[in-house]
Amino acid sequence: MVAETLLAIRDLKVHFKLGGDRVVKAVDGVTIDILRGETLGLVGESGCGKSTLGRAVLRLTEPTSGQVFYRDRDLAHLSGKQLREQRRHLQIIFQDPYASLNPRMTVGQIVGEPLETFRLARGREVEQRVQELLETVGLSKRFTKRYPHEFSGGQRQRIGIARALAVDPDFIVADEPISALDVSIQAQIMNLLEKLRREKNLTYLFISHDLRAIRHVSDRVAVMYLGKLVEIADAKTIYQEPLMPYTKALISAVPVPDPRIEATRQRIMLEGDVPSPINPPAGCPFHTRCPYAIDVCKEVVPQLVEIKPAHFAACVRISPKMPHIEDVPPGAAPGLE
Amino acid sequence: MFRFIIRRLLITIPTILVVISITWVLIKLAPGNFYSGEKRLPAAIEKSIREKYGLDKPWYQQYGKTMWNIVRHLDFGTSLRFEGQSVNTIIRRSLPVSAAIGILAYLLALIVGVTIGSIAALKQNSRWDYTSMALAMLGISVPNFVLGPILVLIFSLSLYWLPPSRWGGFPSRNLILPVLTLSAIYMAYIARLTRAGMLEVLRSDYIRTARAKGLSEKDVLIKHALRGGLMPVISYTGPALAFLLTGTVVVERIFALPGLGNYFIQASLNRDEPLIIGIVAFISITLLFMNLLVDIAYAYLDPRVRYH
Repeated sequence: MVAETLLAIRDLKVHFKLGGDRVVKAVDGVTIDILRGETLGLVGESGCGKSTLGRAVLRLTEPTSGQVFYRDRDLAHLSGKQLREQRRHLQIIFQDPYASLNPRMTVGQIVGEPLETFRLARGREVEQRVQELLETVGLSKRFTKRYPHEFSGGQRQRIGIARALAVDPDFIVADEPISALDVSIQAQIMNLLEKLRREKNLTYLFISHDLRAIRHVSDRVAVMYLGKLVEIADAKTIYQEPLMPYTKALISAVPVPDPRIEATRQRIMLEGDVPSPINPPAGCPFHTRCPYAIDVCKEVVPQLVEIKPAHFAACVRISPKMPHIEDVPPGAAPGLE
Repeated sequence: MFRFIIRRLLITIPTILVVISITWVLIKLAPGNFYSGEKRLPAAIEKSIREKYGLDKPWYQQYGKTMWNIVRHLDFGTSLRFEGQSVNTIIRRSLPVSAAIGILAYLLALIVGVTIGSIAALKQNSRWDYTSMALAMLGISVPNFVLGPILVLIFSLSLYWLPPSRWGGFPSRNLILPVLTLSAIYMAYIARLTRAGMLEVLRSDYIRTARAKGLSEKDVLIKHALRGGLMPVISYTGPALAFLLTGTVVVERIFALPGLGNYFIQASLNRDEPLIIGIVAFISITLLFMNLLVDIAYAYLDPRVRYH
């Protein structure tokens, strides 16, 4: 795979002001490249900021600072009109297929509206193109006159996908596209997304808290914790050899579909809840729950470091020379040297 | 849909008959008569009046005759006070006056209210939002019998810009003050309804979808948000318009306009039974019809609402 960067996210921050001096740092300094043709899985617990990151990349939520480069343009600083033009290339599939479709528009209007907005089709062509799109996502082309409430969750999500595809985008943020669906439907939607990626040469940012779904669809995986990326690696690598303690705990929570292995599976149980993003802990955001935390973790904010080739982790207790935290002597922080 | 409309229209008929019957009973229960004044009439004259108007007959005959004329001929009889004028003629003559003022007032309220409410919702918690909503609160709180005279005082008696009262035909400058007075409260109410409805819709996910489609903010607002956000205003429009069309007692009184409302209040004070029943029936029909229109509009605007 030629590693051409499609979207370069640089130090992106989204801070929401609450009353007084309180600020929620939903996304706090995220830097990552998304490569053309890949599916980048973004995983994390509820409330870690992954959906906000996905929306901020497309400016559906205004970023507080940072840049998002797409074709040498900084999306984060485009004016309204220029930004709208870029929406042709950058699309999103939303989490909730029930709320994200306008209940007062027919499927034909929902899917056809972007075509008219960008003048990609006119008159009869719109109708024809909508029918093609519906068939692409596995729906009958006779559905154009129907309303969203007449469909099931899985079908609605297909409508949402057809709508995103209408403008023939390069890049799609899939914001928890399967979490509102039945398990039996989840696989169908994931397979559909995978098929579309191959056929249309799409790039995905696939956001989910479902580790199995992420493993199934992703080429690379980024792990997010309290608004920060803490580990990025190949999907296979991150599941077999997680480096950062939080990722280790996360991966250890995935059940194995083999009862014998499952019986002996060692789980790393995390103590306590995710700290509030209003007052995130100083130093490493994970130190309050990390079984390997030492005093220095409370002070130093760890940076993403390429511990192994193409494998980045944010933890001061590991380093390229000592990649496995289990081998690090107690109290040592090789990442600081 | 068609069957729904037919069925609703059929239900309307017994509803109106019940309303008329209740009105009839209330008039009979109220003390006094259309002919009773400060001085008691001589017994012989009273007797002949009662005979002339059929008041000497038992109640069920009087009731039966009234209802029969209404059901059979849509004839509400002749006014007891405006002699020689049939109730139907009075309504036909005064309705245009009330309707002209009512429709103008509601249109004005709709345009101004929806605009202000939408802007307030888009700029929630801004200075504009607070100012307009405070004004709306004022508009709801100030009764029109206070607002009307104040406007007359300013624009007629001090500035001499506009006539203070009376009907001047349509269109005429005489309309301006009554329309303003009448629309104030509706304007204020619609602004608040629009703001609340729009705030709810603007938060919904499909508005984000519309932005993701690359629509301009204007299109997001007009094509996606307004249709949902105006639903509360539409359900309010039915009864509001029905009452505006059929005349507003206070405003017609203040500005001395020969509208339905003015006749209604005179009819009540005069115990003018046929006229009271006629106007009540007319208001009920209008109200029921407006509510039907609202329901049809609902089905049209929100496909999830289906009538079977």
